[in-house]
Amino acid sequence: MEEQSKSRREFLATGLLATLAAGCSSADNPFTPEDNVVPSGTKVKLLSVDGDVIEVDQAFLKPVPDLPPVSNSEARRGIEGKKFVMVIDLSRCKNLKKCQEACNHCHHIHPGDNWIKVHSMQDAEHTAPYWQPTTCMHCDEPPCVKVCPVDATFKRQDGIVLIDSDRCVGCRFCMAACPYSTRVFNWGKPDIPEEIAEQQYSCETSVPQQKGTVGKCDFCPDMARKGLLPHCVTACPNGVFMFGDMNEDSVSNGAETFRFSELIRDKAGYRLMEDLGTKPRVYYLPPVSRNFPYEAGLENES
Amino acid sequence: MENPANLRTAEKITNDLLPQKFGKAGTIWTIILIIFCAIGAFAYIRQLRYGLAVTALGDYVSWGIYISNFVFFVAISLVGSLITAIFRVTNVKWSTPLTRIAEIIAVSAIVFASLIIIVDMGRPERLVNLFFYGRLQSPIMWDVVVITTYLFISLLLLYFPLLPDLKVLIDNNKNNPKWLNRVYKFLGSFWKGTPGQYRISNKAINVLCILIIPVAFAIHTVTSWLFATTYRPGWDSTNFGAYFVSGAFLVGAGAVVVAMYVMRRAYRLEKYITPRHFDNMGKILVMLALLYLYFNINEYLVPAFKMKKPEEQHLTTLFAGEFAPLFWFAITVGMVIPTLILIFKKGRRPLPMFIAAIMVVVGAWFKRYLIVTPTLLHPFLPMSNVKESYKHYFPSWEEWAIAMGSLAGVLLIITFFTRIFPIIPIQETITEQDEKHESE
Repeated sequence: MEEQSKSRREFLATGLLATLAAGCSSADNPFTPEDNVVPSGTKVKLLSVDGDVIEVDQAFLKPVPDLPPVSNSEARRGIEGKKFVMVIDLSRCKNLKKCQEACNHCHHIHPGDNWIKVHSMQDAEHTAPYWQPTTCMHCDEPPCVKVCPVDATFKRQDGIVLIDSDRCVGCRFCMAACPYSTRVFNWGKPDIPEEIAEQQYSCETSVPQQKGTVGKCDFCPDMARKGLLPHCVTACPNGVFMFGDMNEDSVSNGAETFRFSELIRDKAGYRLMEDLGTKPRVYYLPPVSRNFPYEAGLENES
Repeated sequence: MENPANLRTAEKITNDLLPQKFGKAGTIWTIILIIFCAIGAFAYIRQLRYGLAVTALGDYVSWGIYISNFVFFVAISLVGSLITAIFRVTNVKWSTPLTRIAEIIAVSAIVFASLIIIVDMGRPERLVNLFFYGRLQSPIMWDVVVITTYLFISLLLLYFPLLPDLKVLIDNNKNNPKWLNRVYKFLGSFWKGTPGQYRISNKAINVLCILIIPVAFAIHTVTSWLFATTYRPGWDSTNFGAYFVSGAFLVGAGAVVVAMYVMRRAYRLEKYITPRHFDNMGKILVMLALLYLYFNINEYLVPAFKMKKPEEQHLTTLFAGEFAPLFWFAITVGMVIPTLILIFKKGRRPLPMFIAAIMVVVGAWFKRYLIVTPTLLHPFLPMSNVKESYKHYFPSWEEWAIAMGSLAGVLLIITFFTRIFPIIPIQETITEQDEKHESE
């Protein structure tokens, strides 16, 4: 289902770009149609810009080239005019861990080093248990950034806290400082495919992770630049995660979009460990009127 | 002024205190230390190749015995400032034969504190980033600054009082290998012992002695802040600076007593390190042990009285759980029993003092382990979706090898130092002897 919609988007964009690129002749232009393509005979139906359904030979389709990664200084500044925020609705979570899977897959994280964790929580002896996914809280007063000796972890103007793995010295003070235990260390050489490991590290994708440096949830700013939602948000079938921009006062889980302030007001949103003064950018909605009983999540607990 | 009796004393003192070649025991001791260092170096080469994955560290216990060893070394190095500087500023005279012992302990411990911190880094080759991108807001940078300062002041405090002795060494150079005489000449040939030189040297030592006291407090206070600036139960304490500094003086004084005993035996220095020195150091140890005990009561009793939720689990494992044997060992063996031995005059004789001091030092090492590790096993959020191995910590053989190798390294520096330099200041002892004769 997810695969399908993705390829559909790609087809659309290719069609659009091919039209735009007609007339460009520069050889290294990625949009230039290749001349020596042999038609494969397999036709694919596409929606044209005018809204007509057209058929194109599969051989003429190319994946949309990724946007070039932003420079380090741009990645450190952040996206202007944005204040990213996440809302996690605990009443919808049943510990499926699809968020975790997608996050691990897209960031090439080994399953033992999950950035997203789903905790089985019970606040007191007689209170109800619930499932609580945690990402990086992207605090506005980030304890990790405060203690970093080399500015390898930093806070951006759009609220996101990122890590420059090319600079991190591996002292792990940030791990000790983070009360949410959100940070994960690459104790040995990360177990990732060679072609990924050889890539230039980008703070916005957090790929590839490097030996002897720290990693954590990055709010997927590379997706935000493309106007897309973080991987955990789109992967969750229950719409637990909502992501958005506080300046626009809207958050979305892909299927539904809410006014952030109303959602927090109506459902009594709160943040974790408010008393520590870290001012997280992740808000939680309490596990009331739940979609699933707590026990439904137990089958997924190893 | 100079009568024959004095000359003889000076000659005798010089002969007694000149550095001696290693005997059989000394050679075996040195070889053992070198073997430990070599094993540690081998383990570190493995760590460089495979990364910190060779340790038993995980995302929860992300600091282990490297860091507790670091804290231990910083702690022990504080004694240099106590015996050299605080005693000098407060006009304590009896400590003269102990100053150099204390200062070399300080220098070698602080050198290995810096090395072990580099060992703990995930990317040691990026150490230069501290200079390219250093953030002065980070307590780690404060530690880098004060520890470097402390190292240099300590080196100078070792070097300046050594100058008159270097002259003695150069004058008595007949039996030395050539390279050693070259070292002595390089370090001290400019020293003629003129009153002018003494005046400058004394002034410099006085300035350094005053300077080093705040720096010494700073190195261990800042080290305590590496923990206290976080939110974690067991670390989140305003008591931490004083708690660390008092513990540091205790372990450092313990180390000096151990060194006094060993060197006295090894180099037959009974006339210079006398029972009176042991008696005085014993009283100081009792005072410091009680002071540290006082801060421990503050550190554990007050949160235990309230038992706030995050503290509860942590304190329970210390008092009655997984870490209880180690915790009570560190308290009783590191503080209570030494105090009980040393409050009695009989307990302040060399041998019982030596045993009590060994207990202090061993207890202090485990105490540092208890300060670092149990806290990290009690995070605020549960340990979910992580490797099973992350939920416990027992150091790997590589960690033990490196930690023990670094301890051996400290001892090796001290051993080599005593081989080539007089561990008890010769010239100062002679001067004091002369002054005594004159006053008689």
